[in-house]
Amino acid sequence: MTVVADTAEVAEPVRKAPGYWAGVFKRFLNDPVAVTCTIVVLLLILAAIFAPYLGLNDPYKASMIKRLKPIGFPGFPLGTDEQGRDMLARLIYGGRLTLFVGLVPVVLAFFIGSTLGLVAGYVGGWINTIIMRTVDVFFAFPSVLLAIAISSALGAGIINSLVSLTIVFIPPIARVAESATASVRALDYIDAARATGGSALTIIRVHVIGNVLGPIFVYATSLTSVCMILAAGLSFLGIGVRPPEPEWGLMLNTLRTAIYINPWIAALPGVMIFITSLCLNLLSDGLRSAMNVKD
Amino acid sequence: MSKTEASFGQTDRGGPHQPLIIAKDLKKHFPIRSGLLNRKTATVHAVDGISFEVQKGETLGIVGESGCGKSTTARLLIGLIELDDGSIIYDGDALGTDIKLKELRRGVQMVFQDSYASLNPRLTIVDSIAFGPKIHGHADPSGVARGLMGRVGLDPERFAERYPHELSGGQRQRVNIARALALSPRLVILDEAVSALDKSVEAQVLNLLNDLKEELGLTYVFISHDLNVVRYISDRVLVMYLGEVVEVGPADAIYAKQAHPYTASLFAAMPSMDPDNRTEEPPLAGDPPNPIDPPTGCRFHTRCRFAEDICSKTKPKLSVIGGSERHLAACHLQDTTSGHSQALKEVAE
Amino acid sequence: MSVVPLVEFENLKVRFKGERTVHAINGLNLSLQPGEMLGLLGESGSGKSVTLKTLLRLLPPKRSELEGSVRVNGTDVMSLSGKALARHRGGEVSMIFQEPALALDPVYTVGEQIAETVMRHKGVSRVAAMDVALDMLTRVRIPSPERRLKTYPHEMSGGMRQRAMIALALSCRPKLLLADEPTTALDATVQIQILLLLRELQKEFGMGVIFVTHDIGVAVEVSDRIAVMYAGNLVESGTAAEVIKNPRHPYTKGLLAANLHGAVKGQRLDAIPGSPPALETAPDACSFADRCPQATNRCRSALPPVVDISGQHKVACVLETANV
Repeated sequence: MTVVADTAEVAEPVRKAPGYWAGVFKRFLNDPVAVTCTIVVLLLILAAIFAPYLGLNDPYKASMIKRLKPIGFPGFPLGTDEQGRDMLARLIYGGRLTLFVGLVPVVLAFFIGSTLGLVAGYVGGWINTIIMRTVDVFFAFPSVLLAIAISSALGAGIINSLVSLTIVFIPPIARVAESATASVRALDYIDAARATGGSALTIIRVHVIGNVLGPIFVYATSLTSVCMILAAGLSFLGIGVRPPEPEWGLMLNTLRTAIYINPWIAALPGVMIFITSLCLNLLSDGLRSAMNVKD
Repeated sequence: MSKTEASFGQTDRGGPHQPLIIAKDLKKHFPIRSGLLNRKTATVHAVDGISFEVQKGETLGIVGESGCGKSTTARLLIGLIELDDGSIIYDGDALGTDIKLKELRRGVQMVFQDSYASLNPRLTIVDSIAFGPKIHGHADPSGVARGLMGRVGLDPERFAERYPHELSGGQRQRVNIARALALSPRLVILDEAVSALDKSVEAQVLNLLNDLKEELGLTYVFISHDLNVVRYISDRVLVMYLGEVVEVGPADAIYAKQAHPYTASLFAAMPSMDPDNRTEEPPLAGDPPNPIDPPTGCRFHTRCRFAEDICSKTKPKLSVIGGSERHLAACHLQDTTSGHSQALKEVAE
Repeated sequence: MSVVPLVEFENLKVRFKGERTVHAINGLNLSLQPGEMLGLLGESGSGKSVTLKTLLRLLPPKRSELEGSVRVNGTDVMSLSGKALARHRGGEVSMIFQEPALALDPVYTVGEQIAETVMRHKGVSRVAAMDVALDMLTRVRIPSPERRLKTYPHEMSGGMRQRAMIALALSCRPKLLLADEPTTALDATVQIQILLLLRELQKEFGMGVIFVTHDIGVAVEVSDRIAVMYAGNLVESGTAAEVIKNPRHPYTKGLLAANLHGAVKGQRLDAIPGSPPALETAPDACSFADRCPQATNRCRSALPPVVDISGQHKVACVLETANV
């Protein structure tokens, strides 16, 4: 009888495995659209943070004689608004509030919603029923209406906008977290871990979180653009940020009267909202495909 | 066996004649819920009153078609799903009264069919294997894991830091076996553990399983649909059909002569491997019935060519075949008093 | 030699590009006579499914590079496009798959799906097409076919669905049927029914069949001829009896041993060590040499010659050159 070696591998080079996230990062860098969008978003954020150091005009300084000057007007590269304030400065300063109210609720909702979804998806049974049916109740209302309703109930103001938007985004994130967790929960490696005698918390920590956070994160990224638009909408309706603070939604509102006089200026805040949300969406698309491991 | 105890410190409490596992009248029904109120609309009779025991050091093969309840049985044995009824006795200690589930799971481990789904894609191989020892407070979990990798034929230097998707199916299944051994169990349940592998790799893994059994004094429950593999690896074979045991006995006895018509059909359905003498007539018509609404009496009577009235009315009991205490079958043909017109005559055909 | 072969692969090479290059098929020469049933045997990654897909031009066009020629009934498959390709797929050549649940459309009844295919290829009325559908369901021995015409795929059992898919595949009377592991997902008692059904239908319709499987027992049960694939090429081919009773290639011998038919309990299995090559480069030596217990330096230095043993029996192995 031929004696044959019973090892699993004949010859294979020794190499260190690149971690999962290293692979994601590498694939993401190979996606020119996603990288461009990331740069644009980063620039917007940096500009907003460092706005006071950019040598801009005072965004609050009004001038009755320089109202609604066109783009390219000397000293005002992007013209002036209906009170004669520098549009460029207001747009960059506006980014501060707009991005803030666009990101903070999603971050908060990400933590709360993920926790709810993880618990519901892993434990299942009646706990799942209670959590998910409650979530469904919020789902019954369109997000815009829900945000408006909660905001008006709480009263105008930035903090209340943040609270209402957080509440609006918890249900969809919990939903995604729950379904991602439930599908991971059904895989054999969870059963194998249970059979080793691991407690539910250990198994969630070691085996579940790492495998569900990715999809939830991608989803949450795509929500930031929605959140920004909703926040802008609240300000537009006068139940979010209050004048004279520069904020893109609010600016869109106050400039709408000028749409026949100087449509280009009136459209500028909208253009900013459009570019930012488009970039955030494309960024989350790129992230999604980079995280999609196909082997 | 003494070697096992010495190296792993697992005590043999019941003595050599105490079966390692006794399953008594196991039952598991899954409700099917539907509609607005999630009301129970039907019941899947996955496992319906099965009893068997596994002796220390033996390999019990469980065979049957899809829906026969073999995987549910495996999951019941290791407590991954809760029993509706019946009891499990591990080395003389009843689960739930004498020992806890957590203690049972130190002695019983499982390897699943899907080598990829049974490994966490975000953990390296060494971390996957070390998970068990780690949560049980072992001093050097990765040392244990690396040692086991060498034992299952994976060079720890090369494979420890890799991720599951970088390995072939056979290599992943070796990792799963190492993971199952990490807590030094006495019984390993192999649920179609080699079925998804290529034939040439399957043979390597079967050799490995045989070696490990000898080295570590393990006991196996080997679940498979492949009768050739089951014959090769098992001492005794248990045949299931729609949640019930239809025949059980020594592998040699069953492969020599099948007492239950269903077992006989399963064997006849195996490809002949002889191009000059190919199968001409399928032994059974149609698919196995749905376990949601199993037939009355003998569950096989709807597909059995020997079926008579008695078969649809009375459920046959498992009874001794041919004088051998260990060979049992549940068929009216085998029971002289059943009232079946061909009882104990036609079977010899 | 006067008969035009139904299928003829000549030096076929298929290469997939992407993050990694995979040389899936490496110089395949294979032919199928009309009315012949060929079992294409191989393990995962051996290129057996890719071979089938080239016959229907189902490979992703952007990622795959093909060389050599593929002819069906004398027509160059590579040159087909547009309407001719549509006629080729499902008309001349049709295919059945491992998972009928995925291959059948869940929103149409079985009857509608068969009738739609018949109408498209034969240009007949819906009523006539439904008659064909009923006839086909009867031929694949589906009980109460009139009622089954109106059922949806998910209402059928696994074996019934596979029969329905066979009915669909044969409804336009193809000259060539490609079967990609059609019984792998089925239970043993159902598998044998489908194998015997395919054997009968093949005789009845007189079509050529290429039956891809990883199970040597299944290949023996259905095939006139068996071709064993490894790493994108044939290692051995011949009549079922020649290959099974007189295996010459070490890989075929290993596969037969690994089937465990007649293996003695407890005796160590003569397992083929290692795993198949990754095929990141085109092979310039015998692909099996690394796993072969009889490999010599010659095996590692050049591609193995294809040696005629007798009749149709061919083996690609240097060991045979000494024997002839």
